[in-house]
Amino acid sequence: MPELPAGQRIDSFDEVALGYAFEDAMNEANRCIHCPTEPCADGCPVGVPISAFVAKVAEGDFAQAYALVKGTNSLPAICGRVCPQETQCEGRCTRGKKGDPVAIGHLERFVADWAFAHPEEAAQPLLPLCKEKRVAIVGSGPASLTCASELVKQGVLVTVFEALHLAGGVLSYGIPEFRLPKGLVAHEIDGLKKKGVKFELNSFIGRLYSIEELRESQGFDAVFIGTGAGSPVYLGIEGEGLNGVMAASELLTRVNLMKAYEFPRYATPVYAGRHCVVVGGGNVAMDAARTARRLGAEVTVVYRRTEAEMPARAEEVHHAKEEGISFQMLANPTRVLGNSEGWACGLECVRMELGEPDESGRRSPVEVEGSTFVIDIDMMVVAIGSRVNPLIAQTTPGLEVSPRGLVVVDGESCATSIPGVYAGGDVTQGSATVILAMGAGKRAAAGILAYLGHH
Amino acid sequence: MYPIRKVEQLNNEVTRMEIVAPQVSAKIKPGQFIMLRIDEYGERIPLTMNDCNPDAGTVTIVFQAVGATTKRLRHLKAGDCLLDFAGPLGRPTGLEGAARVAVIGGGLGTAIAYPQAKWLYDQGAEVDVITGFRSRELIILESEIAAHSTRQIIMTDDGSNGNKGLVTEALRRRIEEGAGYDLVLAVGPLIMMKFVCLLTKEHGIRTLVSMNPLMIDGTGMCGGCRVKVDGAYRHACVDGPDFDGHLVDFDDAMSRSKLYQSFEAEAAGHECLIGRD
Repeated sequence: MPELPAGQRIDSFDEVALGYAFEDAMNEANRCIHCPTEPCADGCPVGVPISAFVAKVAEGDFAQAYALVKGTNSLPAICGRVCPQETQCEGRCTRGKKGDPVAIGHLERFVADWAFAHPEEAAQPLLPLCKEKRVAIVGSGPASLTCASELVKQGVLVTVFEALHLAGGVLSYGIPEFRLPKGLVAHEIDGLKKKGVKFELNSFIGRLYSIEELRESQGFDAVFIGTGAGSPVYLGIEGEGLNGVMAASELLTRVNLMKAYEFPRYATPVYAGRHCVVVGGGNVAMDAARTARRLGAEVTVVYRRTEAEMPARAEEVHHAKEEGISFQMLANPTRVLGNSEGWACGLECVRMELGEPDESGRRSPVEVEGSTFVIDIDMMVVAIGSRVNPLIAQTTPGLEVSPRGLVVVDGESCATSIPGVYAGGDVTQGSATVILAMGAGKRAAAGILAYLGHH
Repeated sequence: MYPIRKVEQLNNEVTRMEIVAPQVSAKIKPGQFIMLRIDEYGERIPLTMNDCNPDAGTVTIVFQAVGATTKRLRHLKAGDCLLDFAGPLGRPTGLEGAARVAVIGGGLGTAIAYPQAKWLYDQGAEVDVITGFRSRELIILESEIAAHSTRQIIMTDDGSNGNKGLVTEALRRRIEEGAGYDLVLAVGPLIMMKFVCLLTKEHGIRTLVSMNPLMIDGTGMCGGCRVKVDGAYRHACVDGPDFDGHLVDFDDAMSRSKLYQSFEAEAAGHECLIGRD
């Protein structure tokens, strides 16, 4: 897929991947050999009928291709951009055994973008809403939006409660514009509104209403909790409170949600140094590094294992390198050094080497004695993961949570320990992918429909 | 949209504003805060509740025009609307069981200390309110506090109200007079809260402080508001904003509060252009 040249990217937040032209999409779709066993579809957490939609793209019947995708995946424009296809559909593609797999993600994105550009041809029938059953959805990220979409399809009245002023959850505050344009997220949410889903913004459940109040005084028949894992985790090392040190979620929230990259037109500022270290090796670390780069910093990613163990998608690492971001592998931060004014000025690290594989199967890093070194910095972003905000658990008596604070659910129905209360996405599994959250949102919708006795 | 019902200048610097937000009004308690955004281009700023009237569906905020957003906010009029007004956020102050309380307000902090004093006084506690201002013209909420406290002591830096000195001096005097406080609440500048806590620690009096660090989302997500309490960082937005003052690292908080100062000047310079493009 054509991309914005790296030299142009670092001065803008425009989307990097530019999308297929019609002929490109049809040519790519024609590479599919339509295996009878459809291994690709087995790799899709929401069960998109891949072979069938790709066949429609090859024929140039984009409206039908979109209908097939949208029938199973409520957010195709988003999944086409941020799904890790290489470990899912494309990872199982027969063509990938010799050469490149069919670019299923790019094709999915293509049909979704086509549909946005051709709203009349892509229009889906609106179903009547039954006024009998009402479901409250807490949070508005990918799990919640999918759950809402599946429920409204069945005529259930859905109200989504979002704590922030903008719906979308991690799609809005977390993933940067250059990877997922916010206009697309808004478009998907508008689509849900047109179908009758109500969004209550500025509504922080756990403070405004408890889960119990939603069911009692607010009169909802069932509740879905899709509040994600948005609470930042820190390294716990000396100096982490120094100015210039922030969690990835702070940098990304300022830039994505509050549009600080357009300061002062948008009133929220963002501090960007000249020498930034990003600690971590996941997709959020890559997003933070590429964001800091666009704000003008020279960026180094510090990761304690090697590139092979990095959880980030290869594509993100590749883009980061193209944009001039450097990597310090096998290094672990031990201390942030500060100047007399309280600002971070150096990051002390120790060299690591890989030892035996740990419980996750990754070889665990071990410190090399006497290998301490210092990187000069004036900005540091900690991107080593996130945990669940404990508020819902604290304010919902009877809700079973794991020792890590994850809401415990039945794997199939997503039912929690409280009848009528369901949960899915990062709040039940810890920080994972958009598509896994969507899969859970879909299962939860089925669970809720069964609970409501809906046929 | 959240309509503004009433705007009042309490003095040259401080504005009181009543916002129509029935859901928030029905729920918010002393110590909790709201986050507001004026318009699409605006920042989210946290303001701790000053008062609420659930029957009228209103929440009252009091703010000082110090940052780019509060400078814009003070120019809004009754009938104008705020785009976003989210709350209640944070934990309510743990006031239950207190019988003899000193509530300390420094400057604008007085506006946040007021609902706590009112709540305690209405519950039957003996409440001394000690407030401090730079000078007489800046005194706020004097009559409101008089109606909801056992005793009101107003201190000024320049002595222009005839009572020169710091709030800590008044507090020390009251403690030495045998006030027998079982709780001290302090809301105001970090330096004031720090010295209140040093004093109350000497006397072994439980002390709560209301922290007001930078916040972006206000829901526990960004970590911008982290405050060092008992050696570990906590989020003022969800774990606070009130903390045990004897455990708060005020020096760390003061250093962190300088983080975005330089941007305020730039944003203020831009303010005059807003609405013209």
